[in-house]
Amino acid sequence: MIELGKYAGTVLQAYGVSLVLLLGIVVQTIRANARARAALQEHENRG
Amino acid sequence: MSIWEYANPVKFMRISGAILPWVAAGAAVCCIGGVVWGFLTPLDYRQGATVKIIFLHVPSALMAINGWLMMLVASLIWLIRRHHVSALVAKAAAPVGAVMTLIALVTGAIWGQPMWGTWWEWDPRLTSFLILFLFYLGYIALWASVEDADSAADLTSVLCLVGSVFALLSRYAVNFWNQGLHQGASLSVAPGERMSSVYKYPLYVSMLGFFLLFLALVLVRTRTEIRLRRLSALLARENRA
Repeated sequence: MIELGKYAGTVLQAYGVSLVLLLGIVVQTIRANARARAALQEHENRG
Repeated sequence: MSIWEYANPVKFMRISGAILPWVAAGAAVCCIGGVVWGFLTPLDYRQGATVKIIFLHVPSALMAINGWLMMLVASLIWLIRRHHVSALVAKAAAPVGAVMTLIALVTGAIWGQPMWGTWWEWDPRLTSFLILFLFYLGYIALWASVEDADSAADLTSVLCLVGSVFALLSRYAVNFWNQGLHQGASLSVAPGERMSSVYKYPLYVSMLGFFLLFLALVLVRTRTEIRLRRLSALLARENRA
């Protein structure tokens, strides 16, 4: 059983914000890379 | 074989493509493992459950400072040897470092509210960390605002040199000005027990996870930048023809 006591809100807030920020940068990085790869591939296939 | 051969974009793409899955897998295992392990640790007798915030705060602060120092090395390589990949590595690292700095600032403020009785204090370490975050934003904005890629790399490299002062200050502020709320280093090779092994081992795993995550993200983002650079070179060639 996870013990959080009276600071449960504080701990969950810290973990929540960090998770959102980390997921945000990971998703943005993967999407930008996929977009760049697709654009380059399309251009090279055309030419 | 010289280390500078890896500054060749083709070679960089090939080698980074090969190691990336391993780095990403290691990052996922260590980040999730370290943070979940940390979340399951018992309550501290003074801090209660807020001690669990350390497994996010310390690794992110570590990567915020070392990310900037990595950018410094890459910027110096650009300024001295004009290797384009090194300039792109520095550019790729900045948003990741900014997110790490923001996590360190936010988790620190959330921890500080119940422990110090305040979200924020103009303490030397907190203030130098905030300035480091502003330097990250300025660095990203400068890259975005200069159209010529080589000029942008020159200007951002100089900004990186200046910002390195604050990266070092944010690490050693507690030692330089022995005042303020922020405590000294949580981990040290100096003799004496600073932290119970109950917290120390999950913290080590989490720190390794954040390092690998930073590395994986910088590798992917550098690969993105190299692709975009190639695309713009092809488009420029087409327009000239």
